[in-house]
This record gives sequence, structure tokens and C-alpha cells, in this order.
Amino acid sequence: MNTNSNTYTFIYATVMVIIVALMLAFVSSALKGIQTKNVELDKKKQILSSLNVNLEGEDAAALYDQYIVQELIINTNADIQSDAMGEAFALDFGKEMSKEASERQLPLYVAEVEGATKYIIPMQGAGLWGSIWGYVSLNEDKNTVYGTYFSHASETPGLGAEIAEKEFQHRFIGKKIFNNQDQLVSIAVMKSGQKADNRDQVDGISGGTITSQGVEAMLLNCLTQYEAYFKIKGGTEE
Amino acid sequence: MSKLMSAKTKEILLGPLAKNNPITVQVLGICSALAVTAKLEPALVMGISVTIIVAFSNVIISLLRNTIPNRIRIIVQLVVVAALVTIVSEFLKAFAYDVSVQLSVYIGLIITNCILMGRLEAFAMSNSPWESFIDGLGNGFGYAWILVVVAFFRELLGSGTLFGHQVVPQALYDAGYSNNGLMILPPMALILVACIIWVHRAKDKELRE
Repeated sequence: MNTNSNTYTFIYATVMVIIVALMLAFVSSALKGIQTKNVELDKKKQILSSLNVNLEGEDAAALYDQYIVQELIINTNADIQSDAMGEAFALDFGKEMSKEASERQLPLYVAEVEGATKYIIPMQGAGLWGSIWGYVSLNEDKNTVYGTYFSHASETPGLGAEIAEKEFQHRFIGKKIFNNQDQLVSIAVMKSGQKADNRDQVDGISGGTITSQGVEAMLLNCLTQYEAYFKIKGGTEE
Repeated sequence: MSKLMSAKTKEILLGPLAKNNPITVQVLGICSALAVTAKLEPALVMGISVTIIVAFSNVIISLLRNTIPNRIRIIVQLVVVAALVTIVSEFLKAFAYDVSVQLSVYIGLIITNCILMGRLEAFAMSNSPWESFIDGLGNGFGYAWILVVVAFFRELLGSGTLFGHQVVPQALYDAGYSNNGLMILPPMALILVACIIWVHRAKDKELRE
């Protein structure tokens, strides 16, 4: 057979593409279930990480069920739209953030750690090279930071990527997001030596200035949406 | 077995490990060698992934070699490689999620790894499936061992760990030792690869130019 004829080449290419497409479609759909589970498990690990839970060698899914007592979807006016387990978890926070503020559905996780209530807020922002995200847990007063978790898509290793290290994340513990005048001012991430005006601050990462600023902007941006909810004090939100 | 492992196949398998190494001699696949070698685990997974993909794409192309229309042979090779890479990437996402997150785009970029196209075009197009398979394994291992050696030094000196386990004792840190941050950055991988090439050429006179 003449393998150089046009007809042969066309048929060859077509058949090959169809076979490969079928094969890939099959593999993709066969593994879809396990992959989704992995993504969910990873999200649970991230949420637990903001509660300073030690995950080493533990079953993250079981720990999640143990710690997280409520999952809420609220809007920027603090109206609760759903409190069904799983619904807030399934929300794509990044997608919500790209909507108009008034239309956003905001997930909020309520956890119980050693008898005390903690509120976990998801974060989404931009670093130097790509997106950064994380979770911040607040104490019952909805003001003091209990723990944080940050991660990133492509920050520089050794510099901006340090935001994913516990050492950086622990700097936020105990900081307050409201100032003395009861305004939501979030927490500043400053170069060491600099002083933030009338709000709590942590040291940024030397050599990772833009990423540090990204974290600061992300904190303010994401926390502000929950301001109405934070202002409801004393558990009246039930 | 004697027929399966003749002197020629042995040469095909062992050649790429040293005298014909894809990274240190042919200087192919450098990009991924820089990117994934900050830690041992992703480097090892990358090495294994590339080995599997080179070996099987070599076999497939070798089986098809007499039917492939000459004018679209590069496209056919690319489609085979891309399909295998996608399958490996899907499997990693399903069964080694943490590693696939660490490797991120680099698994997808195996498609553009010059070692693959080089082997397909230079070897699989003109050799039998079994020899092509051996050739793929040889080149895969040749690539993998360099990655593992580079990653060993980068993780040990850069993070003080191996496979994520702390190996540099705390006492050493207390005595003033600290991890070398430069080791985590890609340029150090290039320098380490260069060191391997240096040792390699110092030992093997044939390779000197």
C-alpha cells in the first residue's frame, strides 16, 4: 500500500484521533470519581489546617466530621441562605469572588475545638505570579485570629512561597481584625520595622514583598464581605 | 532469555545510563530537571512517569512504524505521547494527588520533553518493538537517576530532609548550621547537573571534546 498518498494520510489521521479520543474519554470518566474525592479531601485538609489541627497520619475526612459542626452559606448582609451540610463545601469560592458583591454566596464553616466555637473564612487572592488562597479561623468573638492556612499556585520558592509555611501562618495567631473603633481593618502584612496605622500587623516575608502585599489585600478583601456577619455578636445568628 | 537479552539489547539498555545519558551527554530534558528536583519525591515520580511514557510510546510507535505516513509522522508521534501523558497525569491525580499537585504543570510538559521526541524519531521509527521498549526504559532510567541524584542534594542541603523526613539533626542547627535557600531555587539544579557532567567527563575520556 502507498503510505504516502493523501487519502491514506487523511484516513490514518482521522482513525488515530478517534481512537485516542475514545481512550482518553474512557480513562477520564473512569477515574473521575476518585479524583473528585481527592480534591475534596485536600480541601478538608486545608480547612482543618487553619484550625491548627495536626493532620500527620490522621484520617482528614473523619477529623473534618469531628471538628466542623456547621456549614453555612451567607450573603454580604449576613442572611443565612443555607445551612445544609455539604452545600457550602461544594461552592467554588473563586467563582463567587468574581461575581457582583451583592450576588455572592459566601461559604462559612463553623467548627468546635475543645468546646469553643471557631469561624472559618475562605480566602482567595492574587500573589506575584498566580493565585493565592487560604482559610482563616476566628475565635468566638469573631475578631481574634485563631489560625490561618495559606497556599499558592506558583509563588517563588524560598521567597513568596514561604506563605505556605507554618512559620509564616502562625504569625497571625492572636491578631485582631477589628480596630479600637470597631472598624473592620483586617491585618497588615508589613516589612519588618514598619508600623501599620491603627491596626494589627505581622511581619511580611523578606524578598516576597508582592506576595506579602497579596496576602494583606486578600485578607482585607475577603474578610470585608463577612463584615455584617462578624458584627452580629453573641451567637444571635442561629 | 538469551535472545531477549543479547549484547545489543544490553547496550541499548545500559548505554543511556552513562555513556549516552540523555541529560548529561545529550543535554535533553533540562527544563524539567530544573523544575521538579527541589524535593526527592516529585523527582522520583517524574522519573518514573517519564520512563513509563518513553517506554510505551516507543513500543507503540515501533509497532506502527511501517504504517505511519511519512509526512505526518511527527504529528502521529506527538499524539501518541500526548495521549500517554494525559493518561499518566489522570492516574496521578487519582492515586497520588499530593505529588500531582507538586508536579503541577510539569507532568503535562512531559509532552514537550525532547527525550521523548528524540527517542521516537531516532530509535522507535527504525527498530523492533522489543528493542524500542528496552531503549525507552534505558533512556527513562538515565533521565530518572540524574533527577534523583540532583534532588537528593537539593533536598538535603536546601531543606535538611529526605523524602520529607528530617535527616539533618536539630543539634547541627543549634550549632549554627542553616539550610541553604539557594539550593531550592532552579539555578542550583543547573549547577548540580553541571557537576555531574563534570564528574562524568572526568571519568570517561571518550566524552571529552
